Amino acid sequence: MPASTAVSLSKVSRVFGPVTALDGIDLDVRPGEFFAMLGPSGSGKTTCLRLVAGFEQPSSGRVAIFGEDVTGVPPYRRAVNTVFQDYALFPHFDVRDNVAYPLMLRKVSKAERHAAAEAALEMVRLSGYGARRPAQLSGGQRQRVALARAIVARPKVLLLDEPLGALDLKLRESMQEELKSLQRALGLTFVFVTHDQGEALSMADRIAVFSAGRIEQVGSPEDVYRRPANRFVADFVGSANILPPGLVARLAGERRWASLRPEDVRLVACEGADPALVGRITARSYLGASTRLALDLGGLSVHVVRPAGELLPTEGPVAIAFEREALHLMEREA
Amino acid sequence: MRSERTPLPLALAAGAGLLFLLGPLLLIFVYAFTTEERSFAWPPPGLTLRWFAVAWERPDVWAALFLSLKVAAVSTLLALVLGTLVAAAVSRTRFFGRETISLLVILPIALPGIVTGIALRSAFGMMEIPFSFWTIVLGHATFCIVVVYNNAVARFRRLSGSLVEASMDLGADGFQTFRHIILPNIGSALLAGGMLAFALSFDEVIVTTFTAGQQQTLPLWMLEELIRPRQRPVTNVVAMVVVLVTFLPILAAFFLTRDGGETAGVGK
Repeated sequence: MPASTAVSLSKVSRVFGPVTALDGIDLDVRPGEFFAMLGPSGSGKTTCLRLVAGFEQPSSGRVAIFGEDVTGVPPYRRAVNTVFQDYALFPHFDVRDNVAYPLMLRKVSKAERHAAAEAALEMVRLSGYGARRPAQLSGGQRQRVALARAIVARPKVLLLDEPLGALDLKLRESMQEELKSLQRALGLTFVFVTHDQGEALSMADRIAVFSAGRIEQVGSPEDVYRRPANRFVADFVGSANILPPGLVARLAGERRWASLRPEDVRLVACEGADPALVGRITARSYLGASTRLALDLGGLSVHVVRPAGELLPTEGPVAIAFEREALHLMEREA
Repeated sequence: MRSERTPLPLALAAGAGLLFLLGPLLLIFVYAFTTEERSFAWPPPGLTLRWFAVAWERPDVWAALFLSLKVAAVSTLLALVLGTLVAAAVSRTRFFGRETISLLVILPIALPGIVTGIALRSAFGMMEIPFSFWTIVLGHATFCIVVVYNNAVARFRRLSGSLVEASMDLGADGFQTFRHIILPNIGSALLAGGMLAFALSFDEVIVTTFTAGQQQTLPLWMLEELIRPRQRPVTNVVAMVVVLVTFLPILAAFFLTRDGGETAGVGK
């Protein structure tokens, strides 16, 4: 097992009774990487995280952390800590004792662990909150405490389960940046689970897209967004338009499924346009910075996103146009 | 909407209710001080503290009291261990027949004591277990477990499952997690359940009559005193003590669980 991987899963399956949550996945997370596991609910991403944390054991396959096989090792003997979706702060401890808990278990002296807890709280910009109880904190503050508690004992990998799921929009955006800078400051490997493609695209160095217990694609945000491997990834990551092989053969000369980003599509006059690309607008929604249109091209539904300033036709037939490079031919259908 | 003053009929009804509930109790207290020894004459011909001294001198009172305390303590302890374990199993894990088990655990408190008593007696007889201190304890444990279980299960349900996982994740093994995380969070529920169990066991009559051999717990002693009285007011003195010994833990349990809304299994 090469130690050049922070987390390595090989042929890992997890079966719950009749349900296969993970179906023989292989995954390597590099050291120091901010890695996202993206997928709809029930796709196996959380199970995957729990396998790394040790809360679940694989039905088959192996899990390794920095080259060390941890299959069958309980969570308390893994150098991995988790930030839980509901934060899981201990209600009977104050903030300082919550953060110092992992050190208390390691028999670190009281003065030392309180100093370490205070330092960790400072990293998440919560210094001076040590004496409060979790119940006295806001949601965002609780999450910072959970973060501080997870990093205080210097794990090798930090796992985050839907870290921003319970926060409101504004807080979520500032927290995204903060998580990124915290990860850089610590030089730690972060693995986080999310169902929000925007979150994964903006934070992660690399993304694994999960669907139905399998990994559909692993790649940089640009890879999965611009060059989706198949229809599922194209649709799930940024809801791309999917063009059928028949049309793609005419447009690009190859009989393959293709994805087309809504923002890459222009609206043009019908004259001289390919009849297959002529249709009518069926819906329009104003998104502030842009406008989203739904078009019906003879049965094929296509979405178009245009900047807000652009003058758009309101009725009558309309044609779409796009650069050849915008059309991404996918390797496989599913 | 709440009116400022209680309407008179309502106040009267409440007063009548209280009198009905607590009047007989007061009567018991009053007769503990009477100078009349053989029959309960109203009003008492005179008042005396003599019976407290007499009760103090009677070895049979002490023996019964100690036995009752011992039985209550041991069955409560047994119930604390078993009740907590069952509650943990039922609320923390999913397994086949879980709902059935949680119903079966509560059943003993719903069963009439006389049925429990007869069932235990015939079971002991069949297995040729001689009646002893331990058979009484087993009988009492049947309903003490329910009380502890009810308190613990309510608290376990409110305890987020991820707390245990978080503790393990941060480096605590099973024992450390129990000691540092679970116990502090269910402690007051266990204390409340334990006190109720103790109080229930301390004044139990029905199951005890079926499971005791020669032993006399305090309630059994009182029952016999009523049938064959020697110094009647001594019984009343002991009754006062029993009221105090059982009332205090129930009161404490009430205050401990007041803000939690846990259902304590009172009602045996």
